[in-house]
Amino acid sequence: MITAERKPMAEIRAMLAPYRKILVVGCGSCVAECASGGEKEVGLLASALRMDAKIEGRTIEVREMTIDRQCVYEFIDQLTGIADRYEIILSLGCGAGVQAVAEVFPKMLVIPALNTTFIGETKEPGLWVENCRACGDCKLGYFAAVCPVTRCAKGLFNGPCGGSKNGVCEVDPDSPCAWQLIIERLENAGRSDLLEAIYPPADWSRQQGKGPKKIVREDQRSEG
Amino acid sequence: MSTASNLERVLKAGIFAVTSECGPPRGADPEAVKKKGGFLSGYVDAVNVTDNQTSVVRMSSLSACLILKTMGFDPVMQMVCRDRNRIAIQSDILGAAALGINNILCLSGDHQKFGDHPTAKNVFDVDSIQLIQCVRKMVDDGRFLSGEEIKGKPSLFVGCAANPFADPFEIRAMRLAKKAVAGAQFVQTQCVFNVGKFGKWMEMVRDLGVHEKVHILAGITPMKSVGMAKYMKNSVPGMDVPDDLIKRMQDTPKEKQAEEGIRICLETIEKVRGIKGVSGIHIMAIEWEQMVPEIVRSAGLYPRPSP
Repeated sequence: MITAERKPMAEIRAMLAPYRKILVVGCGSCVAECASGGEKEVGLLASALRMDAKIEGRTIEVREMTIDRQCVYEFIDQLTGIADRYEIILSLGCGAGVQAVAEVFPKMLVIPALNTTFIGETKEPGLWVENCRACGDCKLGYFAAVCPVTRCAKGLFNGPCGGSKNGVCEVDPDSPCAWQLIIERLENAGRSDLLEAIYPPADWSRQQGKGPKKIVREDQRSEG
Repeated sequence: MSTASNLERVLKAGIFAVTSECGPPRGADPEAVKKKGGFLSGYVDAVNVTDNQTSVVRMSSLSACLILKTMGFDPVMQMVCRDRNRIAIQSDILGAAALGINNILCLSGDHQKFGDHPTAKNVFDVDSIQLIQCVRKMVDDGRFLSGEEIKGKPSLFVGCAANPFADPFEIRAMRLAKKAVAGAQFVQTQCVFNVGKFGKWMEMVRDLGVHEKVHILAGITPMKSVGMAKYMKNSVPGMDVPDDLIKRMQDTPKEKQAEEGIRICLETIEKVRGIKGVSGIHIMAIEWEQMVPEIVRSAGLYPRPSP
């Protein structure tokens, strides 16, 4: 999932200051799962904005809407006929959601209420961890399903570095050393031989360097 | 194939090698490099120049190497993967070779979190093992990483670092073996304080036959005080300072601690010299370069073979 965290209220307030009619739009997918941009969070943020206005003696109109997916036009269409009644859209989607909504409503300003942080997993209630950088060339098959690009602080393909101590990364004592995990998992699976291979420099052009990435699939396009 | 490296010549002659290091200044004054170099002159076979060590901005390694070269040293240019992509790395290698630098030490580099610009973006386009391969490809095959031919190929003696004390210990010798396969010709280890553990690591290194493929220089650091010993034990990642050494420093009166530190250092040199497969020492006298001559003399490693 794409994880996100709500921006500080001061930043959101500053961006909204010139506006009185605000449409707050949540997303029912990833950011709902990580409790930052779902229906509940939309309600909390909208209430906070109304409360602010009341205390300051301002009149504002805040409407709450949460759609299933803010990054897919079919769902964004639910805002058509509603969005243009507002001065601004405050999106609780990830960066992709904010931009997709803006694309559908070219005349409207859309501002983000969240900071999109990473692709990760729900490790336990209230704990999300990053485990994918979308490098475009997945090598998890060689590294016992532990991503060195994401989980090693130096992104080493031929680790570990000299700073691993007691299975912990020198950069963050709360993070396990990715290479320690890779070694343990490969040993457990009887595939220590994979540790002896030297992995060549990655093809980073699959991740970045050619502008925004695209996937084009004709089989999906012809259906429409 | 041999290079013009004095270090390579000494090691290949089977002479127990002595290298040291010079950390460039946090400024543009060449005298700071010359002053440190002055302490080492005549006492080392080569001098490493660190590359923004601990991620703190300093004069570039190549520039300080050049200053030391004009003083008659055979510098070892340290190069980290943290600050350069493969384009800049190969460009700097060509430049270093063009300026007569004969040695390169390939490192991943300390994480920027520990330095003076913790909000910087790191690069790590390649890692240290890939860097070793890259240099050897340029030196041996005369080709860039891309495969394209180099017109005027560089000549460099290629080194790497190894930390025998980091976890997981069991794979540390194998990791050096990987560096040897990648093409490392010499290795300088992390500071050895725990000689017992170093000896175990060397045993594993010998079992893999790696000591016959790569010249091994044991890292040596004299401790100035019990404070420094504790700092290295507790705050420097990957450092192993045994408690008995801390106690020995602690039990020594403050004004005698530096002397005791040198004594420990000399004992360590004596012990690692006795370990089969150790070809030399690399003295990292951090901001204490003036002690290197005394250490080299007292260890019976002076005079050095003339370059």
